[in-house]
Amino acid sequence: MISIPPLTQDIHFRSLYERKDDTMKTYGEHQYPGRLFIVEGVDGSGKSTQIALLRQWLISEGYTVFFSEWNSSPLVKKITSRGKKKQLLTPTTFSLIHATDFADRTENDIIPPLKAGAIVLADRYIYTAFARDVARNVDRQWVRELYQFAVQPTKAFYFRVPLDISLNRILTGRTELKYYEAGMDIGISHDPHESFKLFQQRIVDEYEAMIQEFDLTVMDATLSIPEQQRKMRKLVEPYLQDIRRTHKPVIGSGESWAAMHPPLFPVRSPN
Amino acid sequence: MTALQFYGLDAIGLKTREEVLPGRLIVIEGTDGVGRTSQLHLLRPWLESYGYAVMDTEMTGSTLVGSGLKQAKEGNTLGPITHNLFYATDFVDRFENQILPALRAGFIVLTDRYIYSLMARALVRGADPHWIRAIYGLALQPDAIFYLKIPLAELIPRVLQGNGFNFWESGMDLHLGEDLYESFINYQTRIIAEYEKMIEPFNFQVIDATLPMEKIVEELKNHTKWLLPHG
Repeated sequence: MISIPPLTQDIHFRSLYERKDDTMKTYGEHQYPGRLFIVEGVDGSGKSTQIALLRQWLISEGYTVFFSEWNSSPLVKKITSRGKKKQLLTPTTFSLIHATDFADRTENDIIPPLKAGAIVLADRYIYTAFARDVARNVDRQWVRELYQFAVQPTKAFYFRVPLDISLNRILTGRTELKYYEAGMDIGISHDPHESFKLFQQRIVDEYEAMIQEFDLTVMDATLSIPEQQRKMRKLVEPYLQDIRRTHKPVIGSGESWAAMHPPLFPVRSPN
Repeated sequence: MTALQFYGLDAIGLKTREEVLPGRLIVIEGTDGVGRTSQLHLLRPWLESYGYAVMDTEMTGSTLVGSGLKQAKEGNTLGPITHNLFYATDFVDRFENQILPALRAGFIVLTDRYIYSLMARALVRGADPHWIRAIYGLALQPDAIFYLKIPLAELIPRVLQGNGFNFWESGMDLHLGEDLYESFINYQTRIIAEYEKMIEPFNFQVIDATLPMEKIVEELKNHTKWLLPHG
């Protein structure tokens, strides 16, 4: 739970605003029949692979699954990319524009399916903002308050990977790093590669501190892909009890549906 | 001197960078159609005649968000939380890129609306008060806030004589009425109620906006005089 610090001034002002029924719900207050699972971690942690596999599996089990990706609101995307291209963004406006994108997805892509009892998966969530924005020296408390409108996930997975491994995965085959991506706007180094490494280290430090703060489930991203997926499914399963399925799960091969949807990796038989 | 006082957190980290801003931040608030813009157009040349550098700025139109927000509004598909955050982003962009540099350079900054209009609009759309207050906590406290107060009954003829009722100013996204007029009445009643609640905690200087324009300007000039550097 995000702890809300007491207001230091204008207590009189605060008492004028009683909570009405039609005010927005805040983190932890949303009660929906659906389930929200999210993945977090630095680029190169393998989280996107894992959530894609999870999605496949949930669909094959007959669940209705919706997917929301970071920075993908059609309304806001153009403004964000223009802002990045022209370097118009300060750390605060960078933070706010991403929050606006996230708000649009929360209102349109996350809350409605949850209300309908579906499963929503998100690749990156508010903790990405907390890590990146604070790495940019945005006030830690302010950014947490900014995202108060977010739905608290059913389970949040943090893919932990040693920094040199993730850096290697990202930088292999990439010669150019983008300005904001490398954290060039905060001036930690003139060299984009150096800046990127230092920036990523800051981000990792923030993530690590958040594990306890937000009860993140740590996944060992150095394990093999199938092994990580197995663990993930096991952790997700208990939360699927009351969720409606569109059809019964398909078992065995030879069925036309299974033939059309082969698993991405060899399925081991349960022991 | 505009002191570095914030309503909430110094989220931009100004205090670590500077002690004092030599300019002045003067805010004119009030609902749509009350005459803020007209008053600003009278105040500015008066200040300039005394040799002050003046910058005036208004609510939408930041380089970052301005046109995007206009487009989004035209589509009428903005959810309330997204709506509020678009405005917040727009505000901060102008605050950091226009208002702050002008204050550092010693300008008198006259702003048509500030965080109070934004908070009023957000609260009427169901925003959590603590949330909206925390976001705008990063704003500097102005040197003066003039609130042009007008009863709704006086507002209607002005709007009719002006550009008429527009979608957003009538709060049509909130479905408060069957037509623009009804919606306008309900929406503006709520907005005005929010302003009224802010008078005391935020120290608004209330100006009777039903007075003739010349009288209003006189009052604004009188209140502004003692704020200015070099008296």
